[in-house]
Amino acid sequence: MTTRLEAPVRPRQAEAVAVRGVTRRFGPVTALEGFDLEVRDGEVVAIVGPSGCGKSTLLELIAGIQRPDEGELVVTGSAAYMPQRDLLLPWRDAVGNAALALESAGVPRREARRRAAPMFERLGLGQFEQSRPHELSGGMRQRVAFLRTLLAGRPLLLLDEPFGALDAITRSAMQDWLAGALQAEPRTVLLVTHDVTEALLLADRVVVLSPRPGRVLTELCVDLARPRVRRELVGDPAFAEFERRALEALGC
Amino acid sequence: MLKRYLPTALLLLAAIGAWQAVASLGSVDDLTLASPVETVRALRDDSSLLFDNTLTTLWEVLLGLVIAVALGAGAAVVMHVVRPLRDAAYPLLIASQAVPIVVVAPLLILAFDYGIGPKIAIVALICFFPVTVNLLDGLRGVEPELLKLMRSLGASRLAMLWKVELPWALPNLFSGLRIAATVSVIGAVFGEWAGADNGLGRLVLLGINQLETPRVYAGVVILTVMALALFVLVSLAERAAVPWSRREVRS
Repeated sequence: MTTRLEAPVRPRQAEAVAVRGVTRRFGPVTALEGFDLEVRDGEVVAIVGPSGCGKSTLLELIAGIQRPDEGELVVTGSAAYMPQRDLLLPWRDAVGNAALALESAGVPRREARRRAAPMFERLGLGQFEQSRPHELSGGMRQRVAFLRTLLAGRPLLLLDEPFGALDAITRSAMQDWLAGALQAEPRTVLLVTHDVTEALLLADRVVVLSPRPGRVLTELCVDLARPRVRRELVGDPAFAEFERRALEALGC
Repeated sequence: MLKRYLPTALLLLAAIGAWQAVASLGSVDDLTLASPVETVRALRDDSSLLFDNTLTTLWEVLLGLVIAVALGAGAAVVMHVVRPLRDAAYPLLIASQAVPIVVVAPLLILAFDYGIGPKIAIVALICFFPVTVNLLDGLRGVEPELLKLMRSLGASRLAMLWKVELPWALPNLFSGLRIAATVSVIGAVFGEWAGADNGLGRLVLLGINQLETPRVYAGVVILTVMALALFVLVSLAERAAVPWSRREVRS
């Protein structure tokens, strides 16, 4: 009688996104060349790079807004794209704007509002439901835009410098809020940013890109415990080391 | 509100005063220039005549405007959705403005009759252009990022048009409507000058021939007030329909 000890089989985490050898050109400008990237299910990946390194192009390719000139792109499930600017409709209140994602998927207006409203409560925006965009601060508008992205109901979120236009203090609050929101509503996230600290606060993995055409310079697996609090992490040696490596790769 | 328009009111009063002064000069013939007092007297004495003719002209203007808005908005939306049609028709639309409506008016009267129909057609013709072009420009001017977002959310063409493009272009439609409101009265007068049996335009033309100068002035005053009232009505409607400011999305 033999007892066979089987190694516990860990289910290989499925790939949410696979980018293989993708090239994208705009006339004489090559935004991405032979680019490779994999994002696993449930992973939060941040892409950091200098301006114009093809970060936004990468997101738009994955979102299906653009097509690659060469290479292969596999996206399992569908993606919801959140642009840099909030792009809220001024004639709709906050719930109406968030509900736009559901309406675009064919849900009738009233029903879409009814389904969007609880999301505001869950993520601490209850009192802003009826506010019009012009009554909201930049940070609040970005939160509504994020809710709209969440409500699209797609497993993958593509966030294109979501806090790029905000001041440093608001941005810091937004990063905490987003971390909390993703804990409440876990998704696979691809976050484009030029802020190394933001990337390290939010991501499981940080991919550092070179200037155009964008190539992967280095990858950091950020195994810091969550929730990550900025004021605790600034003094943390592990965090400092990640930051140093990222900045070094960027040549800062 | 009152304070804002006070200087305007004073300037208007001064102009009327100057008008009265010039008209009262001994060397100015009453048949050449009616004074404000004479004009007001004509407004009162000929009130029932003026009222009947005002109704006719107002009816022409309103019907013409309604037709222009319906056709113009429809044309703008169709041209916006069917890109090749827009590319083909847009230059023609601009070129059509070179056609002198003053000349078209008699042709329409010739082809049809002396009734109200050709006048409505002329008003509609004149108003069609500002409505169509402004709405079309508004539809084309939608933030491209916004359309990209809608596409990424999976919105259908109809949803995009209905939920984003049309509300976005609503202020442009109202700009077109304001222009249309002012030119519509001119259109009706042209139409009546080309041949009519009723209306303020005809009354004014007749008054000139019959040397009824005060009545002519009274007619002009009513036509001006009519155009102004339409303008104000459109502005009020805009304030009710478009309470948001588009600058918020653009900034």
